[in-house]
Amino acid sequence: MVASLYGAAQESKSIWVYLEVDRGGLTGVSKELITKGRQICDQLGWQLSGLLLGHHLQPFAAEGFAHGIDTLWLADDPRLENFTIEAYTTVAYDALMEVKPSVLLMGATPNSRDLAGRLAVRLRTGLNADCTDLYLDPETERLVCEVSGFGGGVLAFIEMAEHRPQMATVRPGVFTPGEVDRDRVGVIIEIEVNLDPEILTTNLVERSVGEQVDLTSVPVLVTGGRGVDGDFKMLAQLAELLGGEIGATRPPVDEGHIERERQIGQTGVVCSPKVAICCGISGAFHFVVGIEKADVVVAINSDPEALIFDYADYCIVGDVHQIVPALIEALTVEREVILG
Amino acid sequence: MAELHIVVCVKIVPKPEEILVDPETHLLQRVDTRSEINPPDMNAMEMALSLKDRYGGRISLLSMGPTYFEPNLRVALAMGADHIYLLSDPQFAGADTLATTYTLAEGVRKIGGVDLILCGEESSDGATGQVPPGLAEWLGSSQLTLLTEVSIDQDKRLARGRREIKGGYEVLEVPLPCVISVKTACNEPRFMDFSLRSWAEERDRITIWDADSLATEPDHIGLPGSPTVVTGLAEAPYRDRRREFLTGTQDEIAQELAEILKRSL
Ligand SMILES: Cc1cc2nc3c(=O)[nH]c(=O)nc-3n(C[C@H](O)[C@H](O)[C@H](O)COP(=O)(O)OP(=O)(O)OC[C@H]3O[C@@H](n4cnc5c(N)ncnc54)[C@H](O)[C@@H]3O)c2cc1C
Ligand SMILES: Nc1ncnc2c1ncn2[C@@H]1O[C@H](COP(=O)(O)O)[C@@H](O)[C@H]1O
Repeated sequence: MVASLYGAAQESKSIWVYLEVDRGGLTGVSKELITKGRQICDQLGWQLSGLLLGHHLQPFAAEGFAHGIDTLWLADDPRLENFTIEAYTTVAYDALMEVKPSVLLMGATPNSRDLAGRLAVRLRTGLNADCTDLYLDPETERLVCEVSGFGGGVLAFIEMAEHRPQMATVRPGVFTPGEVDRDRVGVIIEIEVNLDPEILTTNLVERSVGEQVDLTSVPVLVTGGRGVDGDFKMLAQLAELLGGEIGATRPPVDEGHIERERQIGQTGVVCSPKVAICCGISGAFHFVVGIEKADVVVAINSDPEALIFDYADYCIVGDVHQIVPALIEALTVEREVILG
Repeated sequence: MAELHIVVCVKIVPKPEEILVDPETHLLQRVDTRSEINPPDMNAMEMALSLKDRYGGRISLLSMGPTYFEPNLRVALAMGADHIYLLSDPQFAGADTLATTYTLAEGVRKIGGVDLILCGEESSDGATGQVPPGLAEWLGSSQLTLLTEVSIDQDKRLARGRREIKGGYEVLEVPLPCVISVKTACNEPRFMDFSLRSWAEERDRITIWDADSLATEPDHIGLPGSPTVVTGLAEAPYRDRRREFLTGTQDEIAQELAEILKRSL
């Protein structure tokens, strides 16, 4: 078998979390992974380290410690200001080879996935992508990654015997971020940045980002599927009344009715709202995983046989274009009564 | 100037409706062996074809899998590609990402003279999107992922791509050769060209390489070349919902639902 560049015998017993920064803060999934890593490390008496690459990183270091990092490996360099695959892979690789941690966890965001895919091959190790849960077996000290298999009915548990680091990516929203302790302190270790200018070939020509929403922790999620026929205005009105946000299945996103960042499900966002209202959605597994953590699920579908009803607490057989306006009406009347 | 040579990585996957999980045993039941082209790879195909329309050159299809995938690949060929390379050997079976990317990379090397390697965003049965960056690493090439558009500067040997990111987009430029993953649904894949149908069925249209002809390292391929091991299977915990149907007139339902929502918030 092809050997990894370092194996279980050389590992240092620690978990590394790759910390991703996005517009003024650590990403939600970075914090979720810190919390998960913290729990595992506390059980085993291991070190939890963060790997943070970029430029002008000082504020994010404090954020990492507040969430539970012990040691922060930090590479602060103007050449890391923008994510480029060559620079990030090289610096991360150098740091990993210096410390040889047992485990490396990363968020399944576009950039981190790219980085994970490159790093795993450079280190000749395995990568478990899109894990739905992680355990560390205290006996074998191996990371057990849970991934959902075909159709979603089956969970597979995947491990690596000898290859290190044990790499896994986890989608945003799978874990819940823990308590923040602003007084917590940790150690910062600067990584020496060695970048041959020859390898830095990616040129960022232009970037444009608008407003973005974080659906992982909204209290109410009103989602629309193909059955709403692109009428997300109606759903937005309902969401507003309930203090929530709108989301969608993949078809309306593909058809351009709504922004991609509002796609819920396996390749979208995993949410944990108090209430999820599913309108005109058939209930494909790829979608359902995105709302499984909701406290209460309401489904409105004109087909009484729709699969979505198996995953709902309250089921309404009917036309969304009639039920939703009636619900908006009922909620509005109610609000007027309350507000006097 | 040499003509543009594009490789499209095409994975053949079981049709989703062909996969059933036995409710009792939780084992996979393959009803049939009907397969299809991984739908996201059709978007990669379309991007390759539009590049060929624009710049000329040729398209090679590359796939790793059993020989019974051949008919599916010939359909993709009839969309307007030039040749099929199928990497097929029982020894390739059971490959995880590390072994898959290694084998595909060896395929690209053996094809030779490749400028662009186009992949789908993810495979519908694996859905990890880890193959494109892994492939780029084995090949030591540049990479651009989640592209919705791409253009090529053949003189400067550069690829410029527009990439979807959270809340917006970015435009990146990298040197060729380059591995690209194409954003699912970013284009409308064309139909196969029926006039190419019989041409696509000809014997010489396909080259099949096994482990020997690729000269792959035996410990790098298939199950032995895969560090990750499945050690257990379990039924996904099924969150039992109330599944209570609300009945009555539309207004009664709306009223009751409003009450429920108020209670739940
Ligand atoms: C690799 C992969 C990843 C995927 N990832 C995701 C993902 O992250 N998220 C996602 O959502 N999908 C994803 N999908 C797609 C997924 O498999 C389904 O195709 C999709 O979720 C179906 O969306 P839908 O329920 O809106 O549409 P449909 O399945 O077409 O269902 C529409 C429903 O609307 C109902 N309806 C129609 N008209 C009305 C009406 N007037 N009133 C009430 N009901 C009505 C119909 O009865 C039907 O049940 C993925 C697929 C693949 C292969
Ligand atoms: N066995 C394979 N043969 C050819 N291409 C593949 C194979 N596996 C993955 N790919 C390519 O890699 C892309 C991403 O796959 P994945 O990383 O498995 O989600 C697919 O859309 C294909 O273009």
